[in-house]
Amino acid sequence: MTKHNSRATIGFLLRSFTYCPSNPSLLPSATSSSRFTSAFDEKHKLLQRDIVHGDHQVLSFFNPFRYFVETKQWGVGIQRKCYGSVAGLVQRNPRFSKLNDDDVRYFEGILGDKNVVQDEDKLVTSNTDWMHKYNGSSKLLLQPRTTEQVSQILKYCNSRCLAVVPQGGNTGLVGGSVPVFDEVIISLSSMNKIISFDKVSGVLVCEAGCILESIMSFLDNEGFVMPLDLGAKGSCQIGGNVSTNAGGLRLVRYGSLHGNILGIEAVLANGTVLDMLKTVRKDNTGYDLKHLFIGSEGSLGIVTKVSILTPPKLSSVNVAFLACKDYSSCQKLLQEAKRKLGEILSAFEFLDGQSMNLVLNHLEGARNPIPTSPHNFYVLIETTGSDDTSDKQKLEAFLLGSMENDLISDGVLAQDINQASSFWLLREGIPEALMRAGAVYKYDLSIPLEHMYNLVEEMRSKLGNTANVIGYGHLGDGNLHLNVSTPHYDDDKILSQIEPFVYEWTSKHLGSISAEHGLGLMKANKIFYSKSRETVQLMASIKNLMDPNHILNPYKVLPHSLTS
Amino acid sequence: MKIMVAVKRVVDYAVKIRVKPDKTGVVTQNVKMSMNPFCEIALEEALRIRESGLASEVVAVSIGPSQCVETLRTGLAMGANRGIHVESTASLYPLSVAKIFRKLVEIEKPDLLILGKQAIDDDCNQTGQMIAGLLNWPQGTFASKVVLDKEKQVATVDREVDDGIETVCLNLPAVITTDLRLNQPRYATLPNIMKAKSKPIKKFTPEELNVEIISDLEIVQVTEPPKRKAGVIVSSVDELIDKLKNEANVI
Ligand SMILES: Cc1cc2nc3c(=O)[nH]c(=O)nc-3n(C[C@H](O)[C@H](O)[C@H](O)COP(=O)(O)OP(=O)(O)OC[C@H]3O[C@@H](n4cnc5c(N)ncnc54)[C@H](O)[C@@H]3O)c2cc1C
Repeated sequence: MTKHNSRATIGFLLRSFTYCPSNPSLLPSATSSSRFTSAFDEKHKLLQRDIVHGDHQVLSFFNPFRYFVETKQWGVGIQRKCYGSVAGLVQRNPRFSKLNDDDVRYFEGILGDKNVVQDEDKLVTSNTDWMHKYNGSSKLLLQPRTTEQVSQILKYCNSRCLAVVPQGGNTGLVGGSVPVFDEVIISLSSMNKIISFDKVSGVLVCEAGCILESIMSFLDNEGFVMPLDLGAKGSCQIGGNVSTNAGGLRLVRYGSLHGNILGIEAVLANGTVLDMLKTVRKDNTGYDLKHLFIGSEGSLGIVTKVSILTPPKLSSVNVAFLACKDYSSCQKLLQEAKRKLGEILSAFEFLDGQSMNLVLNHLEGARNPIPTSPHNFYVLIETTGSDDTSDKQKLEAFLLGSMENDLISDGVLAQDINQASSFWLLREGIPEALMRAGAVYKYDLSIPLEHMYNLVEEMRSKLGNTANVIGYGHLGDGNLHLNVSTPHYDDDKILSQIEPFVYEWTSKHLGSISAEHGLGLMKANKIFYSKSRETVQLMASIKNLMDPNHILNPYKVLPHSLTS
Repeated sequence: MKIMVAVKRVVDYAVKIRVKPDKTGVVTQNVKMSMNPFCEIALEEALRIRESGLASEVVAVSIGPSQCVETLRTGLAMGANRGIHVESTASLYPLSVAKIFRKLVEIEKPDLLILGKQAIDDDCNQTGQMIAGLLNWPQGTFASKVVLDKEKQVATVDREVDDGIETVCLNLPAVITTDLRLNQPRYATLPNIMKAKSKPIKKFTPEELNVEIISDLEIVQVTEPPKRKAGVIVSSVDELIDKLKNEANVI
């Protein structure tokens, strides 16, 4: 519970940012054809693999570059979208129906007028993602309050072939939570009830629209904590967390949601309600299908309820903020921390000197705890245990030992919760600071620790002084957040230097091009950098089986050729 | 010149306080305890005075149960030269604390005593004033700026008062209590935490100091503040005005 107070502030900042008028520099630049040429030439070799559709029909990838060469123009009249990514052009799937008045009346019949939103001002927020990078043009937002209503909505949409996008807190960073064209937005915000909590087992059952931070404060009162925590906690919802398989700041301690989610209730595209809302820890009866909904980003069904295993709250939390001279020291420090702090280690985060400067320059209230001299790397270590005296002793001994061994060049140890929160702010405030600095190209990568930071350095030398390249992330989980910050989006000059380089580099080092944010729209076409053709084929078959009309979150997650 | 600073161990500022079911006090078991934020500011000020060359020694004092040593260690890690722990498990009220300080001042003979303006647990805001009274020293409370003149043996203190800033000059020795805006306390760095381990902490008991801990105060009951009522969303300006007029009675 330690960080609740000041970290709630971050949640507040997030919210306030979402609603502030959009900064024009944060919007994607207008469609231009040139951005495709370089990237697609190289890349379509990799992407141009045929895929066997569920019904054995052979499809090939849509290649916008070839399309451009053949037609010499981007079609007029056909709706297309291009986002700040060489993933390129998306076409509205003509198989989807267009919304009409009868549809709206039908939804009003199910939900009541108040929960069927057509007001354009209100829709702007839901059509725009957190980064103000992806904008949809949906004309309808639905706010169901029960699973039954979600089921009725989906059943109808499926029969009408109306595309939908499930939306949680809309904090996703890959363009997955907003419509691409005119998809109907189904917001889970009104499904925000806590259903039950078992104090003996620590199992919480709640609706998908509960905001993470609300669950945390509910649990805090009961003497428990969420096994998941992330900077977006003030806005993101548990349903969104489950659907993206969010990783966050405590994964090093509690593991991924695949381990902590005990049960899920989800609604399939045709309206079928799947009750898998188990509250027991062990259940080996057949295929464990709930896992399909963890991390499938709303492409297989809408999550309506979840049950979560929550650990008891431990009273002793300590936070240290440390400086390291090079990346190799950070890595060694992690190895040592796992050995010497093992059972109490609850977070191991890192940021480079460039990230630190960015936060100090752009985030109000950020204060450098080690101001004596600039350092190349900073590490935040948190321990959580049950005995303050012995935990503190252990941590201090570890830190002092690491200092003697020269793994740490300097550091501070929080003496109270306020100080701990101010250290956390430096790490958790980076996404916010990036937004304030202007445009940002975000990459969320899993890379074997040994090579991880080489990518940042290579990227830096490739871009020279045209952009500010920063690296930070969940070092304890081998998760790098590589961010390229520039005053304005400039796809010709900047993006073409980053992609496909970053993806190829990650693939070459056997990493993942999405560690925790998901694929969304941004990386739907990039899946092959991390998954084999056979694997994606099976995914496509599963998608076809569960959502044959592809109405659920179209253009996302799987390559566009499969959904169009 | 020697500066003595009081550092109190309190329930951490960021902890959500819970009242004991029997209403005799607040729950402190398994609750994070830290140095009172105003004491942190007091200590920071003393350290800055020492660093500017105007003082040679900063002595941190904490009164209370054995765990107060942890608070003193924090103080030593911030930079205090040494600590004094007066161990007592009794409930301590400002007058008892002030009497203990009077004795410690007789022993240590500091030229300046700096305390927080209040502790965030009981919010008494009395200790500094009582010590000044018992010692017959001048006092500068709610300090937002402190300037020392070593030659003239004078401290000039800006005080935060309701209608602005009041500046007072105190002849040393004197008592100063700190307000929030005086400074921003430093963090405890690892090298300083290491050094703090070998700094001495002297122990006393109230009996050794000849102070009898008694109080003519009795806490009758501790209760939670009333819960804030949920707000309502009004649908029109007229409704708002109506509510402000007829329900809130503010216009
Ligand atoms: C400041 C900041 C820090 C962040 N830190 C982290 C971090 O540390 N770790 C991390 O993993 N992520 C992080 N993120 C990314 C993001 O917060 C997570 O992906 C989060 O889990 C998304 O939750 P949400 O409710 O906002 O979902 P949304 O953004 O609304 O949706 C995300 C995806 O899930 C789908 N979806 C949402 N709800 C449902 C549902 N009920 N059923 C089916 N599909 C659904 C959407 O269609 C979309 O594809 C961060 C974001 C920000 C802005």
